Amino acid sequence: LTDAIPHHPNPQGKGEKSHGGDFSYVGIDAILEQMRRKAMKQGFELNLMVVGQSGLGKSTLMNTLFKSKVSRNKSVQSNPEERIPKTVEIKSISHDIEEKGVRMKLTVIDTPGFGDQINNENCWQPIMKFINDQYEAYLQEEININRKKRIPDSRVHCCIYFIPPTGHCLRPLDVEFMRRLSKVVNIVPVIAKADTLTLEERDSFKQTIREELRANGIDVYPQKEFDEDAEDRMINDKIREMIPFAVVGSDQEYQVNGKRLLGRKTKWGTIEVENIAHCEFAYLRDLLIRTHMQNIKDITGSIHYETYRVRRLNESNGHVISQTSDHMAVQPKANGQLEEQPGALQANGVAAQHEALSHEM
Amino acid sequence: MGQQKNLDGYVGFASLPNQVYRKSVKRGFEFTLMVVGESGLGKSTLINSLFLTDLYSTEYPGPSHRIKKTVQVEQSKVLIKEGGVQLLLTIVDTPGFGDAVDNSNCWQPIIDHIDSKFEDYLNSESRVNRRQMPDSRIHCCLYFIAPSGHGLKPLDIEFMKRLHEKVNVIPLIAKADTLTPEECQQFKKQIMREIQEHKIKIYEFPETDDEEENRLVKKIKDKLPLAVVGSNTIIEVNGKRVRGRQYPWGVAEVENSDHCDFTILRDMLIRTHMQDLKDVTNNVHYENYRSRKLAAVTYNGVDNNKAKGQLSTNMDTVDGMSPLAQMEEERREHVAKMKKMEMEMEQVFEMKVKEKVQKLKDSEAELQRRHEQMKKNLEAQHKELEEKRRVFEDERSNWELQQRLEQQKMEASRTLEKNKKKGKIF
Repeated sequence: LTDAIPHHPNPQGKGEKSHGGDFSYVGIDAILEQMRRKAMKQGFELNLMVVGQSGLGKSTLMNTLFKSKVSRNKSVQSNPEERIPKTVEIKSISHDIEEKGVRMKLTVIDTPGFGDQINNENCWQPIMKFINDQYEAYLQEEININRKKRIPDSRVHCCIYFIPPTGHCLRPLDVEFMRRLSKVVNIVPVIAKADTLTLEERDSFKQTIREELRANGIDVYPQKEFDEDAEDRMINDKIREMIPFAVVGSDQEYQVNGKRLLGRKTKWGTIEVENIAHCEFAYLRDLLIRTHMQNIKDITGSIHYETYRVRRLNESNGHVISQTSDHMAVQPKANGQLEEQPGALQANGVAAQHEALSHEM
Repeated sequence: MGQQKNLDGYVGFASLPNQVYRKSVKRGFEFTLMVVGESGLGKSTLINSLFLTDLYSTEYPGPSHRIKKTVQVEQSKVLIKEGGVQLLLTIVDTPGFGDAVDNSNCWQPIIDHIDSKFEDYLNSESRVNRRQMPDSRIHCCLYFIAPSGHGLKPLDIEFMKRLHEKVNVIPLIAKADTLTPEECQQFKKQIMREIQEHKIKIYEFPETDDEEENRLVKKIKDKLPLAVVGSNTIIEVNGKRVRGRQYPWGVAEVENSDHCDFTILRDMLIRTHMQDLKDVTNNVHYENYRSRKLAAVTYNGVDNNKAKGQLSTNMDTVDGMSPLAQMEEERREHVAKMKKMEMEMEQVFEMKVKEKVQKLKDSEAELQRRHEQMKKNLEAQHKELEEKRRVFEDERSNWELQQRLEQQKMEASRTLEKNKKKGKIF
């Protein structure tokens, strides 16, 4: 949580017993404990979408990220007609996983058939439609008169885009896809099967990709404009220097130096997946799960979803944008997440971004 | 065939191969190699590794560094010498293949290029002065398959299906250092299965009589498609200098047959089968092209076949028909077509005649009808007139009668008057 400027001195929740003997201790920080307990009871939802040509290791990477078989079953023996669908399909698989008492409902959304045909024109459309449908479902639930206490969140929080390790530059398909989708969802580009690039090739490839993303105006996660303060910016800048992450996935364990590690064994050495000297899988995992998961969900909820909502409500009502932007300042709280942000500043910032985003659309 | 005879002494024609050898060495060799595949699969690097030259260097960067909007076909020639033998190597590159969003027909420029090379050779063969016949036909096409580990992509299948009858296609698995040995095995099996399913005819290594060679050939066949890794950078491994790729977890050696099939490819392509590739191109692919082209062109009665004097015995094409026979066939077809057209025309004519006759009959009947009608009308009118006349006559006779009566009355009254006058006498 960022620094909160309390508006009233009294503790907000059910009062916790304060530490005895400390006059100046009010007990506001006990809110953290309350939130933690509530979160543990509620559990978390995370919806990840993986997009990329077939054979780039998407399913393997998902399995590696969550250390269990969360991806769809693929039959290896089928011929291309069965394996590669004629149009892009969307396959959603949900799993309930638990760690140290924290429950998470993880949904992995796979997109077989993307970029596999000879003519890949508009292969991104089914994906855009799916993402917008999820926003629509949420919106419908929200504007219901009798709505559920906790709206089931099926919105895509993050889209991991797999770039084939050509070592040269982004392909037109990659650029097209990322340009369109960075406006509706958080995109995290990764270089797939990075064990095919030497370190120098990897660095030059990354540089080329970053330049191309900049040249095409593609804003991938973490977006610069949503950095909240200097500290955030510092952390995110470091991440932005490393994007796209060069990852290698594996769900097989090998013995290396007496330890059992996930890796890939070749004749000239074993690639350790979690070794940052070998590949950047660990960074990706930290970003997605350990440090930025909540931030990803926030941005999806408060930026991308709001942009969609504004557009939809404008379409159906013809309201002036300013009216809805006041409304929006209240929205983050209604999502069930207590956000103690410096209220006025954030609302203006959000409103300004909204105008920018909707104009962009 | 003659009988086999044993020689009593040394004649000396055993040195014929040497003579051929010396002549070929003087003439030098030519070889044209085409590389096809999506950008970023290591084609340029592989070429550099195969021929140990920097065809693509930093001063003349390969096509991969320049982004193409459409598929282009680029040629680069290099003359390399080794052991007194000259080789004029032409590399045909195809940047832009499979890179766009919509790749339909991206194979068309390539097919056009191959055909144009065949055409050039055909034309130079048919010239009067054939002193110099440069052979720029494509002898071999290396097709790079991306190492997805799953199987062939639709684009791969489409391309190979269209090109396997025009050029020797050798599929390769590019960037094979991304696959573990098990994955590589499985991938190869899957690819070969799909190639067989789609009946794609990749280049087949010829069987020889030699046992030793057959064994080698069989070993190569088991490893198809070859999984290659390319590199021209030299790295030290255990004190040895080898060409390879340096990774944090080890060095993938290019020339280590445990690591990849590069040595097999190089040996096959250059050391053992280069001549065979050229022969197959000449005898099979070129002949296919030639017979197709000539059969299409010669129906008009232009006998350019006879003028060429090319009708030697080894003209059998894959169809088993020599061009003359094909021409006969065409002519027969044409005549048959003409006959059919004639018949059709006759039929149409008959039909038209029938129609016309029918129409005429109809109009005749119509006329007849009208004639009758008119006659009837006329008669009716006639009758009416008769009727009228009768009525009139009746009236007239009535009137006359009346007149007469009147007259009689008048006469009677007059006589009475007269009588009255006369009667006064009494």
